[in-house]
Amino acid sequence: MDGTSPPDADASANKAGHVAVEDAVSTKVQKAAAPLYVSRIKVHPKDVKGLYRRIKWAVLALCLAVYYLAPFLRWDRGPTAPDQAILIDLPGRKAYFFMIEIWPQEVYFLTGLLILAAITLFLVTSLFGRLWCGYACPQTVWTDLFMWVERKIEGDRNARIKLDAAPYTAEKIVKRTLKHAAWIGIALATGGAWILYFDDAPTVVRDVFTGNATLTQYFFIGMFTATTYTLAGWAREQVCTYMCPWPRFQGAMLDDQSYVVTYEDWRGEKRGKLAKAAPGVDPWAGRGDCVDCNSCVAVCPTGIDIRDGQQLECIGCGLCIDACDAVMDKVGRPRGLIRFDTLANQACRAKGEPATHKFVRPRTLIYAGVLAFVGAVMLVALLSRATVELNVLRDRAPLFVTLSDGNIRNAYTIHVLNKTHAPRDFTLAVSGLQGAVLGVAGSDVAAAPVVTLAAKPDSVATYRVFVTVPSQSVRGKASSPVRFDLKPREGRGHADYDSVFLAPGR
Amino acid sequence: MPTKIEKDEITGTETTGHEWDGIKELNTPLPKWWLWTFYATIIWSIGYFIVYPAWPTLSGNTKGMLGWTQRIEIAQRLEEAKTARAPFVGRIEKASLDQIRSSPDLLNFAMAGGRSVFAENCVPCHGAGGSGAKGYPNLADDSWVWGGALDDIHTTIAYGIRNANTQSRVSQMPRFGADGVLNAKQIDDVAEYVLSLSKRSTNADAVKRGETVFSENCVACHQEGGVGSTDLGAPNLAANIWIYGGDKATIVESVRNSRAGSMPAWTGRLDDATIKMLAVYVHALGGGK
Ligand code: SF4
Ligand code: SF4
Repeated sequence: MDGTSPPDADASANKAGHVAVEDAVSTKVQKAAAPLYVSRIKVHPKDVKGLYRRIKWAVLALCLAVYYLAPFLRWDRGPTAPDQAILIDLPGRKAYFFMIEIWPQEVYFLTGLLILAAITLFLVTSLFGRLWCGYACPQTVWTDLFMWVERKIEGDRNARIKLDAAPYTAEKIVKRTLKHAAWIGIALATGGAWILYFDDAPTVVRDVFTGNATLTQYFFIGMFTATTYTLAGWAREQVCTYMCPWPRFQGAMLDDQSYVVTYEDWRGEKRGKLAKAAPGVDPWAGRGDCVDCNSCVAVCPTGIDIRDGQQLECIGCGLCIDACDAVMDKVGRPRGLIRFDTLANQACRAKGEPATHKFVRPRTLIYAGVLAFVGAVMLVALLSRATVELNVLRDRAPLFVTLSDGNIRNAYTIHVLNKTHAPRDFTLAVSGLQGAVLGVAGSDVAAAPVVTLAAKPDSVATYRVFVTVPSQSVRGKASSPVRFDLKPREGRGHADYDSVFLAPGR
Repeated sequence: MPTKIEKDEITGTETTGHEWDGIKELNTPLPKWWLWTFYATIIWSIGYFIVYPAWPTLSGNTKGMLGWTQRIEIAQRLEEAKTARAPFVGRIEKASLDQIRSSPDLLNFAMAGGRSVFAENCVPCHGAGGSGAKGYPNLADDSWVWGGALDDIHTTIAYGIRNANTQSRVSQMPRFGADGVLNAKQIDDVAEYVLSLSKRSTNADAVKRGETVFSENCVACHQEGGVGSTDLGAPNLAANIWIYGGDKATIVESVRNSRAGSMPAWTGRLDDATIKMLAVYVHALGGGK
């Protein structure tokens, strides 16, 4: 080591590590030198310590904890409904999310939820850049976890590069086998946890381990294990750069007031190795703060050089900030040569002006406004969600029946949706037809203006109902509008349905 | 075939040696993974040939190793369905029609079973939903030639009408015109009277004359006022429901040549439980009494 080489970015890094960091070249530069079609250049991100790395570990732990523990949360809904807080009950055709219960005809709640999530993503991105990508995206979280395992088994960046180049010795085989076994183990746990959201979680866990789970469950475990293993183990940053649509339109969410990971080129350039200066001469005179140590490139999980400016591949994870800050500490220059900042601030700083930042801008206002609006609509819809619903299907054959006393009768199939957890009796009445009386098929109840229909808890009750009308009420009208009104015997709620009543038209 | 291997200058790849208008095709082999997938499917298909029935032979086809055919599978499925239904069918066999109707789960089963059997056997004549057609009674209305109580409907389905079954329902309307019992004038008058029963007559004098003809010839079966008799299978002429049509020409035709629709007996074709389910279903179509 002579004095011309830059101080080690990482105090714990060994000699070999140091050399390799120097050699780190972003994938972009490597590719630029190659012909049109090049296969993937493997990225070997170096370990790094610092603020953003710590935040990243914390978010990772939180995400994983939520993912694995959420299915075990209980939520009491009474004896007729499952008590799992988050559950997608496919056979029962219902979805539960704490106090929210979604029936198939209410999937628009799901749409609303997705819209909310999308707009939140827009808002956060326009304020703070790709926080989602760098910290919370499952692809990032699991890739990070897989890289940690890889680092533990195969060593840090340089050891891995060496191992990659080395021939297959017993040691390499052992390490590789260990690594893939650990990966598959994590993938299995990931895939296994996925199905917990679709059935009673404790039962599923027991069934899976005792071999009593269904073939479908094992299939999905297998499928999610395979996808986790390939995506987090092999595909990694390629998912972000080639498969994920999000980077492609994030540019539309960002403007020069958004916080992004930036390199202060006005301060860093002209970069170069720190030369040993004569005593009394400032080694920093006439040059930038960047000592061209390439630490920022070596730690980047997507293999890019942030000093090239804003790039599609940058997921905004901030690891390069940690790496550079460590270098700046070493060489005694101020931190933040790479930092979270807005492009507008950077322009100001470059000119030596005080930085100003605007959180409130037309775009953030619009996103926040839309977010509040959709949220309010969802809330109102949820709060006013009916616990009873009515569906009416007119019989097609016969269209109508003329009875011996000349009265006209139509038959309807009535579906009563009782969304409460208790059995309920409902009254059904029709309006719009003079003298209409109702009767229920299969029951001996005489025709009456109002009939009672019972429905079991959480279920759809089906009845065939006859509506009989004196012929003079529909004389000359082939079709008359009719409205069905359904009310629970006790409690609030109400549902109606508009249908038609057909008659001979004579 | 090209005599010597030729390499493309720019890419360094071999060409196939074929040339069209000076353009040569590069010899780019299929990717290995594609080829291996293809070979794997071939091997897979050979396994298929052996395991499943596949090849035609002179006397049939190869049987495969598992002895599996779709026919056997269907038969198994049908058998399973039958076993699953057996407890219900057994209960329906034992229960009376009224018991079926008053037990919700039996009723449910009977309605579902009845619906499918009706669709298979009865719809061609009586129409979907029992809507009826000319000559075939509407089963959803409340007018019944042979009675609309559960037992009546059951008997009608089981033994049919005017067929060779010894218990078949039988009645015969005379051919008043064809056999010369009434003359054309009398038939016209009696038709006018029948029309008047549903308040559609336009000729009061003819009605008066027709009433006499009716009381002398028709009352025995169609009863006083034409209300009909389900015991005799004589339709109600006073209700505005007609099997063959209610206009005067149709009524004249009915009186002149008589009508005698027939329905097969379903005992022997359908088992007892099925006939019971059918009866319950038809009763619930809307007209049951
Ligand atoms: S350039 Fe920096 S912030 Fe962007 S992905 Fe690489 S390490 Fe993360
Ligand atoms: S930006 Fe920082 S980490 Fe990157 S090469 Fe320059 S001094 Fe090293």
